[in-house]
Amino acid sequence: MGLLLMTLLTLVIGASPASAATEVCQPDPQTACLGGTIRTSAGEPAVGVELDVAGPEQVAAVTGDDGRWSARLTAAGDYVVTLDESTLPAGETLRDPAANPRTVSVVLGSSAGALFPLGQPTAGGGGGGTDGEGDDGATAPPATGGEGGGEPGLDTAPAGSSAGGGFSWSRLAQQASAGIVFGTLLALASVGLSLIFGTTGLSNFAHGEMVTLGGIAAYVFARTADLPLLVAGALAVVVGAAAGWAQDAGIWKPLRRKRVGLTQQLIVTIGLAITLQYVFQFFFGGSSLRIVVANPPTVRLGPVLITQQSLISLAIALVVLGAVSYFLLGTRVGRATRAVSDNPALAAASGIGVDRIIRLVWTVGGALAALGGVLMGLYLNATAWNMGATILLLMFAAVTLGGLGTAFGALVGSLVIGLVVELSNLVIPSDMRYAGALVILILVLLLRPQGILGRAERIG
Amino acid sequence: MDWPRILTVVAGELFAPTTAAYALAAIGLNVHFGLTGLLNFGQAGFMLLGAYGFAISTIAGFPIWAALLVAVACSTVFALVLGIPTLKLRGDYLAIVTIAAAEIVRIVGRSTALTDLTGASSGLRGDSYKETFQALSPFDDGTTTLGPFTYSNNASNSWWIRIAAWVVVVLACLLVWRLMRSPWGRVLKGIREDEDAVRSLGKNVYAYKMQALVLGGVIGSVAGVFYVLPRAVQPDSMGRPMTFWIWTILLLGGAATVFGPVLGSMLFWTVLMLIKTVGREVIPNTIMTNAQIEQFGWIVVGVTLMLLVIFRPQGILGDKKELAIDVR
Repeated sequence: MGLLLMTLLTLVIGASPASAATEVCQPDPQTACLGGTIRTSAGEPAVGVELDVAGPEQVAAVTGDDGRWSARLTAAGDYVVTLDESTLPAGETLRDPAANPRTVSVVLGSSAGALFPLGQPTAGGGGGGTDGEGDDGATAPPATGGEGGGEPGLDTAPAGSSAGGGFSWSRLAQQASAGIVFGTLLALASVGLSLIFGTTGLSNFAHGEMVTLGGIAAYVFARTADLPLLVAGALAVVVGAAAGWAQDAGIWKPLRRKRVGLTQQLIVTIGLAITLQYVFQFFFGGSSLRIVVANPPTVRLGPVLITQQSLISLAIALVVLGAVSYFLLGTRVGRATRAVSDNPALAAASGIGVDRIIRLVWTVGGALAALGGVLMGLYLNATAWNMGATILLLMFAAVTLGGLGTAFGALVGSLVIGLVVELSNLVIPSDMRYAGALVILILVLLLRPQGILGRAERIG
Repeated sequence: MDWPRILTVVAGELFAPTTAAYALAAIGLNVHFGLTGLLNFGQAGFMLLGAYGFAISTIAGFPIWAALLVAVACSTVFALVLGIPTLKLRGDYLAIVTIAAAEIVRIVGRSTALTDLTGASSGLRGDSYKETFQALSPFDDGTTTLGPFTYSNNASNSWWIRIAAWVVVVLACLLVWRLMRSPWGRVLKGIREDEDAVRSLGKNVYAYKMQALVLGGVIGSVAGVFYVLPRAVQPDSMGRPMTFWIWTILLLGGAATVFGPVLGSMLFWTVLMLIKTVGREVIPNTIMTNAQIEQFGWIVVGVTLMLLVIFRPQGILGDKKELAIDVR
């Protein structure tokens, strides 16, 4: 397992999104860049760490205010990168002392990275940084490393989920419990997606950004405004609800009134998703944002090690999902929502205010997605500009599996997807675990397009 | 401000290899969406498969024509696997399946389990597969200056890759132009407008859709090869965002037109470069850092995509009567 992490850490040569405060080094055909970002175990940039790069050329580098260092090289070859441990901030140690010094091969015209994660020297813990979704254009953007840039959850194993091969019953229990937590949080995020599809027929590719919004709002309230976590989370949910309301009022209702087709609206959601992703990146940068700095305490339940945070998140999610179920089944407005979801024209004819219901669905969906984002950000240890985009397809998989447009289908589907994602760790490498869920998505569409709880009808 | 330099850099984007690769990918997407009405949101997956096919087989020692065949074969198989089940389903199902399949290709490609084959997330280095292509070049090594533009003749970001890529783009345009006027192309357009009507005329709609999916995917895979020739195969730079840029390019230039994708690609990359270079000159670092200027460029792209689809779905060159995006 340590070996796996090592490989992960070493294999970070390449382009990744730019978030530098200073333009450090741009690779061109004659030069190459070697660089990375060093962050303390609390996620703050480590300033003034000295590194020595030796090989065909010898260059010294120091991390700047953003924790970033880079070396400009004009000769290809293998370089030995040595980090001077005496220059690390007080109390910080390398998480993997064996990886210092390290050899990196450099190719002209590209960026290479060498990461030195800081923290307690243990074999486990979070994985290293990874290359982010490349917003690669004609120029290769400078490398980002450290804890930043990666897709949260894709390579970083959350606490309570262990990566690596090998099977044992305790691992099975561990992964299953992680799957249930992940699935429940996914359910929170996907209920809105399913209801919006049910009531308007729109596949909302910007739903992931509502999840991200929740996580980032919680980060702002908890870290920048320094509010207690519960208050920050509640405020983030309010922000999510407001964003859902505003989206419907500002974009989707006018489009429905303009009779813009659903496929066109689908492409609009993609445009919106791109816009929001880069707006987040514009204001908060490309690196991970930790909502809570301290490492959460863990609890042992039989064979399962779980963080207190996950348990509380699970409880909150279950209560909220129960409330949503009661709302849908037990209240008049909830019945009206299901009626619209079933058949909008008939619902309108029976005197239900379809537009009002749709507005409500957007608002509630936004709030639930934001709550999902807050809890997911805590579960994955960090949020980032692309957290929602990373789990968007998992949400689609969950919603499709459960039956598009049915709220309870989204619950069942999410649990299944959560379990599949975490349990597939047992048989396939953990960085492929999201692929398993997507394979399920495709298989469901082939074999049972109406989903588990959906009603069979002719599609297409 | 250094206007001559900015204008040179921006004009350089007009015929950059990346612009050509994106134009080619958009031409492939045009066969899917513009001609047939298929919602393919996995064009980057076709490109990535083409790139992997070409690079891995070249590294294994294949000559260039065989490597290209492998790239084409990869995308053909991918199109068949995607198409067989989904082409009978509703349009947005194809959208979700293609986007998911492209992600699967990327996630599997970047997995550490395949490090020996794909190089995992660091990808495959350009020098490991460029040789065969550069050996075809008729030019001497060295650099050539044409007007304000100076590039090397053969290495990486060269004149040779520019010439080859744009020749292929022109050929693809010719192909689409011929197809649009052929009986086969007319059936495709019929399927786009009204599938049932075409079916009632006794045409095998499913087979036609499949042919279009394969053809567009093959063009996409060639685009992928040209995209990676001046750089490296990096799975993470060929993910969902790439597909979305291709869509923006197609809708900007005009779907269902011959030159729409080419015009769209040129505009897309020059405007982005213009925002980037002018922004760096004009906006002080205290207001927007260079990274933020780049992100601002992508925000502009996202907003443009939204506005385009709402207010001018036919793009610059398109004909509104011919292309109503929502036909079903």
